[in-house]
Amino acid sequence: MAVRGTIAGIDSPQALEKALRAAYYLADDGIATAAYLALALGKPLLLEGAPGVGKTEAAKAIAAVLGRRLIRLQCYEGIDASAALYEWNYPRQMLAIRQAGEATIDIYGESFLIERPMLAVLRAPDSTVLLIDEIDRSDQEFEAFLLEFLSDFQISIPERGTIRATERPVVVLTSNRTRDLHEALRRRCVYHWIDYPTAEREARIIMMRASSVAEATARAVVAAVGKLRREPLSKSPGIAEAVDWAEAATLLNKQGARWPDAFKRSIGLALKDEEDLAFIAPRLDALIAEAAA
Amino acid sequence: MNEAPPLPRAARTFVAFVALLRANGFAIAPEQTAAFLEAITLLGPRDPEDIRRAGLATLAPPPERRGTYDLLFRIHFLGGEEMPGAEGEDDEVVRLQEEGHGGEEPPLADEANESGEMAVRAEALAQRRFGPERPSNALRRLAREAERRLPRRRGHRRMRARRGSWADLRRTLREAARNDGEVMRLRRLKRRTRLRKMLLLIDVSGSMKARSEDNLRLAHALSQAAPNVEIFTFGTRLTRLTRALRIKRREQALAAAAHLVSDWDGGTRIGDALQAFLAVPRFGAYARGAAVVILSDGLERGDVSALRDAAAKLSRRAWRLSWLTPLAAGADFVPQTEALIAIRRFVDDMADGGSSAAIVSHLLSLRQRRAA
Repeated sequence: MAVRGTIAGIDSPQALEKALRAAYYLADDGIATAAYLALALGKPLLLEGAPGVGKTEAAKAIAAVLGRRLIRLQCYEGIDASAALYEWNYPRQMLAIRQAGEATIDIYGESFLIERPMLAVLRAPDSTVLLIDEIDRSDQEFEAFLLEFLSDFQISIPERGTIRATERPVVVLTSNRTRDLHEALRRRCVYHWIDYPTAEREARIIMMRASSVAEATARAVVAAVGKLRREPLSKSPGIAEAVDWAEAATLLNKQGARWPDAFKRSIGLALKDEEDLAFIAPRLDALIAEAAA
Repeated sequence: MNEAPPLPRAARTFVAFVALLRANGFAIAPEQTAAFLEAITLLGPRDPEDIRRAGLATLAPPPERRGTYDLLFRIHFLGGEEMPGAEGEDDEVVRLQEEGHGGEEPPLADEANESGEMAVRAEALAQRRFGPERPSNALRRLAREAERRLPRRRGHRRMRARRGSWADLRRTLREAARNDGEVMRLRRLKRRTRLRKMLLLIDVSGSMKARSEDNLRLAHALSQAAPNVEIFTFGTRLTRLTRALRIKRREQALAAAAHLVSDWDGGTRIGDALQAFLAVPRFGAYARGAAVVILSDGLERGDVSALRDAAAKLSRRAWRLSWLTPLAAGADFVPQTEALIAIRRFVDDMADGGSSAAIVSHLLSLRQRRAA
């Protein structure tokens, strides 16, 4: 195992946290430590958390810090090697066979190979970051396949032989935890459970992402969103929802809506489920008034 | 990992910490221990917090057991005094609000006051030991016929077929290459089916006492027979048993389950229990598109409207909602209790849950029922 203390000039979790901040991602100590360890130990980083806590954002920020290209693989049920790894360009192969006539031709040459995210990363491990997004949506067959990839960082294409990465690529996996991942997958990775940020941090995130939002507005939104997250809703508002809500309320306010009213009229950006809205409606006024106070 | 010198003295305390975690039921692989030690070396460590975070990242305790991890960390590294017995409660158990307010239930202390000690003791008394194994034809039938007769759905993976909606280009091309590029026959693919998700919610309150032991055995058999089955029990709490029942050996799995469930034979508010289930997004998602089966007599002590709302929500999310009650023996069952009447229109099947054989028959008939 290649342990590298310093990657791209980053030699500690604190240094990484600072670099992430420069890439517009406010990391807490936990995620900075986990991400630094993943980079230093050359292991994949597995981020789990509720939807909307910034897992994908974290991967983007890590790629930005390293100055590498982010290659994203969105998982879904039934995703397989032809979508994740490589695929042959069948129509082209067919045409080539026809055109070749009597001459011999290698229909498994480079020009017929369609590169998919995992192969792309194996071929350029020093200039890319692989994001395997929402791994919990894939099925167990794919998880097993991934396990093999993540342990050796090599793949074999029957027609061409084995392709091995020259160095360990940086891989970030995310999961919404709609199902339990295989233990072996968790074991292979550096793991971090992302929680909702603290009120203080979330207010800073809102102001950083939406520059038009005033501090008082950001704090009010954070307080309200914090209360909503404690309610038994089917979809709790994430960070992105909080940012949108703050931005929308600010906009309405500029157009003349008064404060508590601006929050109330833009609630649809925070709660997107009809049942949740109906559930919270009787108490919405009090909740917003309390948060804005 | 491979060229590491023999364990230095300083590393021993960290290795001992891993051993302590393992002794408390955390599954940690040797490669994770190695990563833990490397992580500590990398981080300095400058303060205990570094060690704690290195452990969280590399030893990967599941988030619902974070509380226990932190507790063991304090005990090991900071010399904390707490007893592991009073361990931080795991998230797989949801305490229902206002528990112990029903009628003739065991005296539980009010959870709202700080101590909660009384309640813990009262619940500790409700530990359950399972009697000796009783051979059951019903469970054997379930294991034998599950693959063929449990509900299935179309998956998103494809398999070779004579007829199907997709062309198997890979295979077609291989064959064509052999024939100088002439496509003699277009090979085809179709969608493979797979077993549908199932969600089993088991009532373990006092009125279901006669059934709860057998129901748990059945739950174990089901989770062994099919790949994605989620199992919960509810009474005064909601407990996720999925992990415990995945253990292959029945006695061991049931012992693990019995240890987790601490509200045997207490009171229940079914509506509140189901609402609590739906309110945890991770749990509620298990119901989506699943065959949901509730084993309960529907003797509701609480407000019927809570139960009705929960049943409505569940039925919207589920592929099919079955309510199996021991009161429904016989084909001409007409619901009598207020609760069962209230939920009747949301439930697809209300059938006999009075014996394992009846429940198994129902599970195995679900596929036909939907088709009919």
